[in-house]
Amino acid sequence: MILLSAYCAVLLSFASGLLALMMNQRQIMLAMSQYSINKFFSGNVKCRNWVNKSLEEQHYPAFLRQAVFVLLGFSGLFAVIAGLAVLISNSVITDQIALGLPWLPWHIRFDALSGFFFLIIGIAVCAVSLYGPGYVSSYKEKEHPFASLGLFTGLFVAGMLLVLLADDAFMFMIAWELMSVASYFLVAFQHENPANRRAAFLYLLMAEVGALSIILGFGVLASFSDGFTFDALRESKLSVTWASIAFVLALLGFGMKAGIVPVHIWLPEAHPAAPSHISALMSGVMLKVALYGLIRFSFDLLGDIHWQWGVALLALGTLSALGGILYAMMQPNLKRLLAYSSVENIGIIFMVLGLAMIFMANGHPQLAALGFLAALLHAFNHALFKNLLFLGAGILQHQTHELNIDMMGGLIKKMPQTSLLFLVGCMSISSLPLFNGFVSEWLAFQTALQVDVLENGVLRSLIPVAAAALALTSALAAACFVKVFGLIFLGQSRSENSENAHETGHKGMLAGPALLAGLCFFIGIFPNAIIQLINTVSGQLLGQTLPNDSALDWLWLAPVSPEQASYSAPLVLIGALIAAGICYWYLRRNPLTVIRKAETWDCGFGGLTPRMQYTSSAFTMPLRRIFARVWIVDEQINKDMQGAMNLDVAAVHYKLQIEDHSWPLFYHPIARGVNKLAKQVGRIQTGNIRTYLSYSFATLLLLLWVIS
Amino acid sequence: MNWLIAILQTALFVAMAPLLAGWLKWCKCRLQNRKAPSLLQPYRDLLKLTHKQPVVSKQASWLFIATPYIVFSATVLAATVVPLIAVDLPTSASADVIVMVGFFAFARFFLALAGLDMGTAFGGMGSSREMTISSLAEPAMLMAVFTLTMTASTTNLSGAIAHVINEGMVLRPSFVFALPALLLVAIAETGRIPVDNPATHLELTMIHEAMILEYSGRHLALIEWASQLKLMLYGVLIANIFFPWGIAETFSAEALGYGLLAITGKLALLAIVLAIAETLFAKMRLFRVQEYLSFAYLLGLLGMLSHIILEAAR
Repeated sequence: MILLSAYCAVLLSFASGLLALMMNQRQIMLAMSQYSINKFFSGNVKCRNWVNKSLEEQHYPAFLRQAVFVLLGFSGLFAVIAGLAVLISNSVITDQIALGLPWLPWHIRFDALSGFFFLIIGIAVCAVSLYGPGYVSSYKEKEHPFASLGLFTGLFVAGMLLVLLADDAFMFMIAWELMSVASYFLVAFQHENPANRRAAFLYLLMAEVGALSIILGFGVLASFSDGFTFDALRESKLSVTWASIAFVLALLGFGMKAGIVPVHIWLPEAHPAAPSHISALMSGVMLKVALYGLIRFSFDLLGDIHWQWGVALLALGTLSALGGILYAMMQPNLKRLLAYSSVENIGIIFMVLGLAMIFMANGHPQLAALGFLAALLHAFNHALFKNLLFLGAGILQHQTHELNIDMMGGLIKKMPQTSLLFLVGCMSISSLPLFNGFVSEWLAFQTALQVDVLENGVLRSLIPVAAAALALTSALAAACFVKVFGLIFLGQSRSENSENAHETGHKGMLAGPALLAGLCFFIGIFPNAIIQLINTVSGQLLGQTLPNDSALDWLWLAPVSPEQASYSAPLVLIGALIAAGICYWYLRRNPLTVIRKAETWDCGFGGLTPRMQYTSSAFTMPLRRIFARVWIVDEQINKDMQGAMNLDVAAVHYKLQIEDHSWPLFYHPIARGVNKLAKQVGRIQTGNIRTYLSYSFATLLLLLWVIS
Repeated sequence: MNWLIAILQTALFVAMAPLLAGWLKWCKCRLQNRKAPSLLQPYRDLLKLTHKQPVVSKQASWLFIATPYIVFSATVLAATVVPLIAVDLPTSASADVIVMVGFFAFARFFLALAGLDMGTAFGGMGSSREMTISSLAEPAMLMAVFTLTMTASTTNLSGAIAHVINEGMVLRPSFVFALPALLLVAIAETGRIPVDNPATHLELTMIHEAMILEYSGRHLALIEWASQLKLMLYGVLIANIFFPWGIAETFSAEALGYGLLAITGKLALLAIVLAIAETLFAKMRLFRVQEYLSFAYLLGLLGMLSHIILEAAR
């Protein structure tokens, strides 16, 4: 039953993709519907009228779009149901499907870990399919055919779900490639823009390099076992060296997909290029699938965890978290900023996962379970709020035709609902109390503070430093999202587009983000609802749940023990409401002190213009100066001079360009190396047929000699 | 009963905060050979502001009006967490020291947004600077706090303070570093000299004041009160973590009275130290603040390392 709903989710997403293909096949749809109505509902006039009406020429595209997203939404719903069911029933279900090659059936395994990620994907897909119809309606059918968008969205979701179901390396890689390639087409959807084509190519390149690395990782495991099923791989006994090699390969492959610094560079290019609801899926969910892969590979398949791996994850995670948020800060493009912030959040997840590994390897499975819990909770939370923010960015782009933060402003009055939803997203991602981001960060700190149990003195002093880096990250994230919300929604409009913007008229475009925002708040207040579920995951995977189950009731969150640390969001919320209520009541009781509206204080000069406001680059200028070495900053100020002695400034041109260090450090040398190598290889390609014939002859001789 | 004491303690916290600000101002005035205002002056100012009609810009959104209430209640919530006169109160279990830092972040987030709401250069400047300084201060703060929480192996403030009392008078090398680290951070976070000058309204130097420039009437009163409360919070935090003696461990009237007396004395002394420091030093340039805060971070780190190497060695 549980597995059936998981299959339903996969099949429905496939079906939504196939249905999208019917976009240009109205006649076929018409014929098919006539046939089926005649066959099954021949007496039902109402039904017939409805079908005929929706299949009319002018209604057809909107109807089909709606239908595709409805199917996708049901796929999400089934994924949520399947995920919740397997988590609550704490079961492991295996199955085989006779697909693929005849002697290689697909092995399916649906356990708590898969179920948890099913839940993440399901929620995200539900929100996206509420949001989608409104968003895609702005695309012109000629330039951006819905058929390809819908098809690849369906395939993409199906690929992600199949990755989670896979129980052998073959199926895993096929599903993985389905996910990667489908999302490549989605990134390349708006291909009229050369930057998007470049981004898509870069994405495909890195996805394939990553996939190769994962295949090699599986290969190392498989060479120590008999077969490619995960059961066989689990049984394999590897020496420390080979296990570490496999781990490094997997880390590279999954890290490339997850966007760990320094292999993150495709992420800020590809995410802004895709349509917003796809960037939401890619950033919120696909990165989590990579995380799933890493967890499955290291905790489940490799089994024996070594603390050095944990240190590697911790170091990479810290680098990504700090680098991600510092780069995010400097981006004027909203979707690019959000993409970099995904790098940061993935970094945080990796950090905590690294801690879990360190504790696991040092024989503290309870603390490992705590770290694991924090990592998975943050993954869940990040999926919620990053989806929310990307969908919000989509609404903004839809309504203002802008993505540049410096071109917006004052939208809180024009788009009140969007601004409220976006505010919830910003508060969650800045990990403020009462919202979900805070809970996972709090758990991360709690994990880091348990470092006293470790024997190794170096680790004991390094982990608190990493925790301080986490504190810096979250503080910088708060600064970054104050900037984002402040510049987009507050102040005065900076451009005509944002001056004329208004709230989106499409209910679904608000309902999708509203669902996510509601969940952000709910998890922030009652985190135990989800923590109980994750406990099942760690119970199955690590063989250890949180130490003190009794402390985990709905009111209190006390992960280690109530004496060590506790947090009760409901009480905090009640306290806040009481405090705010008292002072509101006290201060408002005097009727003489009603608010008087007046002009903004302009120092008596008069005439504040929108150009006098702080811009994105102005807001981050102090940080740009303090952390100057983190970026490659190219800042130019050119003055146009005029007048008799050329001393009067007529105009000032300011140009700021901020580049990623990883390009010149890693990628340009690699590109140069590849070019050089290609030139060397080019030498043997003379273009002379006789030379080529002699090559063939020599090869033939060589082969004959080898087999003889 | 416990809850009653907890609520009373919070009320006392809120009520005493302006007094501490008044006392600090009094000390500073005396040190600078000026005539000091009455100790009750901050109360009179707050009362006056609440009776005034607030003026709000036409540009302002709902966020601008909601912010003072949010800032004030977040700070009050932070005050419920910190033990003032007694440890082991039920409120301190609902949130630990990391949550307390979170409350401050919450208040700051909204204050910075309110600064941007008008779309004036002042507000943007204040928000930008405030967020910069706070993001540098937070790791330093947590480093110092982690030293404490690892010593006591709890992040619950009440539990940590109880632990320090039970250990008795021990000279911990880690605390020798953590105390100045926390002092430096407290000065930066509460916007005192040499990081920010609460008395200034010069556009190039102000940070906190620039953000709240547009506020008036009851809104200003709430924000002022919240910042006085924050100053007191940091004071109590430093006084009670590093010198916890005198705080009530039982809820008898005698112990509570004694605790009140002790914390009043400690805060009065701390304010004198702060006043002397503010008189001796000038405000530093904005781009020196990162050096100042990284020094605080370094002290915190040294504290942490000495805890790990010297105290928790096995």
